[in-house]
Amino acid sequence: MQSPSLLEMRGIAKRFGDVLANDGVDLTLECGDILGLLGENGAGKTTLMNILFGVYAPDSGRIAVDGRTVHIYSSADALAHGVGMVHQHFHLVPRHTVLENLMVGQSGRGFRLDRGFILQRMREIEQRFGLHLIPGARVGDLTIGEQQRLEIMKALIRGARILILDEPTAALTPQEADGLFTALRAMAARGMGVIFISHKLHEILAVTTRVVIMQQGRVVAEMANDDSVSKRRLAELMTGHEIAPPSKTSTRPGSLRLRTDNLQTGGGARPSLKGVCLEVHGGEILGIAGVSGNGQAELADVIAGVLPASGGILEINGKAVSRFTPQAVQALGVGRIPEDRMGTGLVTSLPLSSCMVLPRIRERRFSRCGFLKHGAISRFADHQIRSFGIKAAGSHVRTGTLSGGNLQKVLLARELAWEPTLLLAAQPTRGLDVAAARFVHQRFLDLRSRDGAIVLISEDLEEIFALSDRIAVMFEGRIMDVLDIRAATVAGVGLLMAGVREAA
Amino acid sequence: MTGIRLELRTQTPWWLNVLLPLAAVGAALMLCSGLVVLAGANVFTAYSKLFLSSLSTTFNLVETVVKAAPLIFTGLAVTVAFRAKFWNIGAEGQLLAGAMAAAFIGAREALPAWSLVPLMIAGGALAGSVWALLPAVLKTRYKVDDVVTTLLLNFVIYYGMMALLDGPWKDPLSGYPDSPDIRTQAEFPILLRATRLHLGVLLAAFAAAGAWLILRHTTLGFEIDAVGENPKAARYAGIDIAAVILLTAAVSGALAGLAGVGEVAGIHFQVMAGLSPGYGYTGIVIAMLARLNPIGVVPAAVFFAIIITGAEAMSRATGVPVFLADVIQGMSLITMLAALMLTQYRIRWNRRERE
Repeated sequence: MQSPSLLEMRGIAKRFGDVLANDGVDLTLECGDILGLLGENGAGKTTLMNILFGVYAPDSGRIAVDGRTVHIYSSADALAHGVGMVHQHFHLVPRHTVLENLMVGQSGRGFRLDRGFILQRMREIEQRFGLHLIPGARVGDLTIGEQQRLEIMKALIRGARILILDEPTAALTPQEADGLFTALRAMAARGMGVIFISHKLHEILAVTTRVVIMQQGRVVAEMANDDSVSKRRLAELMTGHEIAPPSKTSTRPGSLRLRTDNLQTGGGARPSLKGVCLEVHGGEILGIAGVSGNGQAELADVIAGVLPASGGILEINGKAVSRFTPQAVQALGVGRIPEDRMGTGLVTSLPLSSCMVLPRIRERRFSRCGFLKHGAISRFADHQIRSFGIKAAGSHVRTGTLSGGNLQKVLLARELAWEPTLLLAAQPTRGLDVAAARFVHQRFLDLRSRDGAIVLISEDLEEIFALSDRIAVMFEGRIMDVLDIRAATVAGVGLLMAGVREAA
Repeated sequence: MTGIRLELRTQTPWWLNVLLPLAAVGAALMLCSGLVVLAGANVFTAYSKLFLSSLSTTFNLVETVVKAAPLIFTGLAVTVAFRAKFWNIGAEGQLLAGAMAAAFIGAREALPAWSLVPLMIAGGALAGSVWALLPAVLKTRYKVDDVVTTLLLNFVIYYGMMALLDGPWKDPLSGYPDSPDIRTQAEFPILLRATRLHLGVLLAAFAAAGAWLILRHTTLGFEIDAVGENPKAARYAGIDIAAVILLTAAVSGALAGLAGVGEVAGIHFQVMAGLSPGYGYTGIVIAMLARLNPIGVVPAAVFFAIIITGAEAMSRATGVPVFLADVIQGMSLITMLAALMLTQYRIRWNRRERE
């Protein structure tokens, strides 16, 4: 007799208002599988995983673990059935140590928590899967990769045999990602099942054993990951049509748009800049690579006027910036696509039209003597919605109801409408699917060919390499090196990101 | 396993905005009916007295509308402030600031008679603004918690006022701790003969329309919403958050100050201890029931005016203490806050599938 599958989801359906997020989804996971779950934004991957992890109740359908039907109403239920999940955003207590974070939610004897047991489990997991962590380290001091390791360990200690990872490599260095893949393979070899959600097709190809592709709430393809599978084929199955790679024409560098000399910021809770020297010209994309938390966000904030510099020179279009306010910098022609779309980019509870004109509301075009021109605002918003292909019922809808890819298009539509001479873009395609990312990239290249300068801050090296003319690598608040794209290699940049300078 | 769970809504249907306040008030009345029973009265009789007596005669109707005027002002004051997430719990104190300014200006013999009413309105609004700007400056400059400062400043001004009324500002004619009466030319004109329907009621209606205009049709209103909903994004987009909060506080304080002007110039003609029976605090409940919509403030304020006026009649007829009106107010705030959760989440019942 054939042994039952580790996990079986049958006919899962879930409706949100008018949207059928999951439409009769079947998914099977065997012991030893690393299942790649692929699909565009809004295809229903996250909904499906949230149902499996007990965040949502399905409208219909059945979930079975080891052949037994289970009902999962909460994450506690999910863990009791051996389902663990590592979210994109970690759920850790930064002030506590690694050990303390692992003890959260563990039942001890009365009020006493059982440290010894956890320490022993940590050692076992380290030996089996190569996941090393120092129990006494404060979580706030850990790198993103280490925090992720901690999240995985948390799931394993609570007895997860099915591990869901939602875009786990978004913030990792290539080396850290390799370490993660090794651990996942070790888990599979020990009979666990892994579900791996990612938009990075090369990772899907590298680590999974099987691939399931979703489109509009349904599974449209399922295949073993063998030699017949290629990135191109996966991308086409996801989107339902062919995708042309972005075309990068050669441009001649124009005038100097941005110059920083020995730029510094003071300490505080944020990482500080320790003397950043950069130059960016018109018609040029400067990629800034680095593991998150090495000063990239601070550099962007200084250039955008959000964070004042404590020393050094910042020049935009030849003018030295002395007053660090977003208004002053905007007036010099700087556009910004912030890293955190929902947090610092858009006001999700306001209508789309409001978000579209947020930085420009005082301009004559949208208001006169302090009174809003509602007609002009919604006409502008409608126009931008059309020309950027934003999927929304109209400019009156609440911004937060849009998907991540569409939110990013809103930001692009807002910032590019004014033809910035310098565009700052941080993680512009994080969490976007292939088609949406291509769209963003094409718009960047268009701006570049119109003599715009772009500073592209990204943790996605594939993106950096595809778009940049030059690559600057940041580490601990300094620029390690600036490489011409023709001379740069992924391995070389990866080492620089880790703070290692190759011996000349 | 059965039970309920909450699921995040993707959209809030429009009818919820109307239904929720009604449901909240209904729930509050139901919960309070227990107290009516404890007081030994029939719930139906007590509630019908509470609601219908204020609407029964012209006199009662006008009294209700007159009561509603200060509530509309304070409700608007809180609405404007809360839209920018400036937690102004201090409408009560700003009302008193406006009332004191009005009583002071209205009693000046040196001023020409025609200038008294406009000066009282302007002075009262200004005084309310200043009293609201104090905590706003502390918040924007030194990050001092606005809930604490606005609330505590209510007591500072109340006891400051009482100290004045017991000393230099005491009316020498009456000997009570009241301020001297304002001049007759300083009294608000009466709109309906033989009633107390005064100019302040009209001003309150204009204020509601004005607040709606500001919030819906001006760049300030736009920026208030942006700052209130996501200050970080507003700052990144180049909006001067501190300036917006200071302006909001000024507008909010002016509205509350006008409530005080109306009470002095239209009702009491002086300031004294019982000038405001907590209009500033009731304004918070009103703003929440109106879901921070300035037009919604008007019916919400009228509703509470009905209860406050009706409480006397109910008490006389059934023996239920008038304090029931206060309990209903407080309970409405709690039920409304609970109901607001439903704008964000929907309730789902877990059900066991048939196997």
